[in-house]
Amino acid sequence: MSCELVKTVLHGYLDGELDAAGAADFERHLISCPDCVAALEAHESLRSSLLRADLYERAPATLRQTVRARLGTSGHPSVISMRNPAPWRWLAMAATFLLAVFLGWRLLPIVRGNRGETALASAIVDAHLRSLQPGHLEDVQSTDQHTVKPWFDGKLDFAPPVHDFVSEGFPLQGGRLDVVHGRTVAVLVYARRKHLVNVFVWPTTEPDSQPLSGSQLGYQWIDWRKAGMEMCAVSDVTPDDLAELQHLLMQ
Amino acid sequence: MSASVEGKGWNVLDSQDRVRFEQLVLPHLDAAFNLSRWLLRGRSDAEDVAQEAMLRAFRFFNGFHGGDARAWLLQIVRNTCYTWLEKNRSVDLTVEFDEDLHPQAAVTPETLAIAGDNRERLMRALEELPARFREVLVLRELEGCSYKEIAAITSVPIGTVMSALARARQRLQRVLTQESEQKKQEARREL
Repeated sequence: MSCELVKTVLHGYLDGELDAAGAADFERHLISCPDCVAALEAHESLRSSLLRADLYERAPATLRQTVRARLGTSGHPSVISMRNPAPWRWLAMAATFLLAVFLGWRLLPIVRGNRGETALASAIVDAHLRSLQPGHLEDVQSTDQHTVKPWFDGKLDFAPPVHDFVSEGFPLQGGRLDVVHGRTVAVLVYARRKHLVNVFVWPTTEPDSQPLSGSQLGYQWIDWRKAGMEMCAVSDVTPDDLAELQHLLMQ
Repeated sequence: MSASVEGKGWNVLDSQDRVRFEQLVLPHLDAAFNLSRWLLRGRSDAEDVAQEAMLRAFRFFNGFHGGDARAWLLQIVRNTCYTWLEKNRSVDLTVEFDEDLHPQAAVTPETLAIAGDNRERLMRALEELPARFREVLVLRELEGCSYKEIAAITSVPIGTVMSALARARQRLQRVLTQESEQKKQEARREL
């Protein structure tokens, strides 16, 4: 390695620490410097090895407990924890408890009793994950609702509503068939910036319902019934984004 | 905000400061442990030293006036680690790597890829680096710190961070490729 930049600027470039002009200068330099190209490649390879090796070591639970315990009583316990017993804590605990009681009372009958949403949601999150595998996302790939809608004809015993929401920020990407809980369902795929949303659609005889949402494995889902169709949207977008799409689909 | 009780004010935090500490500093316990583990090259020493560093941070929290809490904490962690090393394993700090004594093998992405795919070997190679190089790599590659943060944590100018990283990476590559060359030669001899 004879180029001096290998020992300096190259690393700033690799780490994204150069300003725009500096980065552009270095990229121009790369065109004519095989030393730097080779070194950059080697360093990038090293970096991805380090990433893959996952060398970060998290604090053991024992340390977390000891630190918490010692902070609670360290130095001057009378000042820190007893004279001023952090009333917010008790309030927070009481609030959490009340919330849990309320949620249990309010949601359990719905989730467990009536519709088994949790099981359904996990089946749908699984289907969503499956769809993210290469080549599994769309059977019909089109941003045109007039192509996607007829594609479902003859493949299903119902006609899913297909709309493109490109001007609202949810461009249609395509559709596919999937199987959830043993029945064939239609899936519409929408994009939200770099994220994907799967919307599962199937007919239902149950009455319309308010949207019910939750999250599993870090994915958000929202489920509702309207006019004889049940829909469940699932994605890694924010809950707000998902609710926005839900509003559009509900109209 | 801080309760400065006469004579012992430096280690007394009122409940609001305590809450702030829990919100701002405690979430970085993993970072504190990870840096200690790599600087001390062992989990059980790291547990003790990270704990001591957290308590020190708690005592000095009155001196934290906002900004980057992780960098502030890691600076304390690093100092605590070095103090510990000086006391218990000063040899770790005196071994400086002499680059001229180690002829450089040709580093190609291929040999590096072979060497780098072994987690154990990567771990050992990283541990073999002098502490000053190890810490910049850990802060940059594992902790994802910016040059500015690394400069603050290790008390050096930003320009020095770049050259320290350059030397650390070159050294790590060399350890890895030399090892894989050795392995290759041993394999050939066995054949």
